[in-house]
Amino acid sequence: MTPAEIRNVIIDILSDISPDSDLTDLRDDVSFREQIELDSMDFLDIVMELKKRYRVTIPEEDYPQLASMDSTVSYLARKMEHVAV
Amino acid sequence: MRDAERRATLICNSPRCWYLESGMYDTIIIGAGMSGLAAGIRLAHFDQRVCLLERHTTIGGLNSFYRHNRRDYDVGLHAVTNFTAKGATRGPLAKILRQLRFKWEEFALAPQRGSRIAFPGVHLRFSNELELLRSEIQREFPTQVDRFEILLRQLVDYDDLDQDLFVQSTRTRLQAIFSEPLLVEMLLCPLMWYGNAREHDMDWGQFGIMFRSIFLEGFARPYKGVRLILKNLVKRYRELGGELLLRSPVKQILLEGSAAVGVELEDGRQLMGKKILSSAGLVETMRLCHHHPADQLPTAGQMTFIESISILDCQPQDLGHDETIVFFNDHDRFAWHRPEHELCDLRTGVICSPNNYLYEPELGNLPEGVIRLTSIADFDRWRDLPEPEYRREKLRWYDLSLESAVRFVPDFRSRVVDLDVFTPTTIRRYTAHDNGAVYGAPHKQLDGRTLFQNLYLCGTDQGYVGIIGSIMSGISIANSYCLR
Repeated sequence: MTPAEIRNVIIDILSDISPDSDLTDLRDDVSFREQIELDSMDFLDIVMELKKRYRVTIPEEDYPQLASMDSTVSYLARKMEHVAV
Repeated sequence: MRDAERRATLICNSPRCWYLESGMYDTIIIGAGMSGLAAGIRLAHFDQRVCLLERHTTIGGLNSFYRHNRRDYDVGLHAVTNFTAKGATRGPLAKILRQLRFKWEEFALAPQRGSRIAFPGVHLRFSNELELLRSEIQREFPTQVDRFEILLRQLVDYDDLDQDLFVQSTRTRLQAIFSEPLLVEMLLCPLMWYGNAREHDMDWGQFGIMFRSIFLEGFARPYKGVRLILKNLVKRYRELGGELLLRSPVKQILLEGSAAVGVELEDGRQLMGKKILSSAGLVETMRLCHHHPADQLPTAGQMTFIESISILDCQPQDLGHDETIVFFNDHDRFAWHRPEHELCDLRTGVICSPNNYLYEPELGNLPEGVIRLTSIADFDRWRDLPEPEYRREKLRWYDLSLESAVRFVPDFRSRVVDLDVFTPTTIRRYTAHDNGAVYGAPHKQLDGRTLFQNLYLCGTDQGYVGIIGSIMSGISIANSYCLR
């Protein structure tokens, strides 16, 4: 997966977790928490959805890497390099 | 056929039966009420093999429904609390919708018109906007308004209370804030009525939860009542591959050493599971483990009710009654305990009209007027009545409870065309909680742990009550112990 494809995956997961949030103006360099008020339960969901959909496991100590879209995509770029779309 | 296969065939008639394939569930959930269904959805969504066991013939637990004289009745639901409007990102309602992947519209909640706390000569109206309650306190108790703001500030952080702070006395805390005892009683009345398992006093943590859910967020109801919510939950659970077994009471929880490994049903079937979630209640769950050292166990709750339901030949609004819920108490002190001498204590009660919600105009109002009236009752006295007397007493207390209620709302008795009464024994049948205790045991096990590994509590005795609360309980226990 390319970074752009990973971004789409994350957008897709976010729209599932938070169907009432408008994600069209989501800024990649600002934390999710500030923009769509994700709490720790929601972050667990991003992790679980990645595991469910792509078998990507993220250890608990890496959760802070998922703070914003930019940091999430760069963190996942290596992990999901060989994952098919 | 081998024994195990035969057993599995008996268990499974759904096309996708996990048990047949592996002989082991990831999670077995006891009780298909709100918390069990919510936990089941979370776990099935993340591909767990889940089996939900329900003792009764239908789902819902306390928040179930039934048909009587060709009419639909709800058991538990007066109101869904914690109402927030569409688009809200904060609060428990938004959180459970996200966690269960529902859209706001799927719960179809219509907000309340407005409610009231009625004491002799003093009334406090409130709605889903806190400002109304604040102005009512200003009107009735002008010296207490600043103190009310102090209370609000103290409640901000209630989410983070540990068990010691959680169980502090609410009466003591409120008496330290307010100098008008009557206001303390009036604030306690609706919050105890809708979520206090403890007699006389209330846990401070529970008070905070109820204050937020009722005064800061507020009441709502789907036009179709609790059925709509249950239908959505069970449909989703099944779509995700979850199994649901009705009429399947658990006889015992199977243990190996200090760990739970499965359950045995009343009919002898055994199901094995890696984790077991029980919404049966703390005392009831320990009994299923054959573990009952009386001195160590907290006791079951005592607060249970009768519900007198009246069907009217008109809308309550036609009689001048447009309030959603009226919490009344006929003296200055709010007495919250099991009746001492009789089947019921009618000094206080809750009058709810499902007609008085702001339904979408295209739905109109409910076809018939309904007034539901809840009164405190004594489980033992109701249980001990022989059959003919039980029926007679139901009717007698229906009349008496209405007589008490019409002191606080327009007299609707001449417009009643049908009625039903359910009692603590009915509640016991639906919830399987000891004493028909509506809000479970007074002691809450906030972390959901039990004496046994792999066995966790969810639902009423874990700490959250009400529809939104019990759904939240199922979600959080599933997240904490079955998904991480």
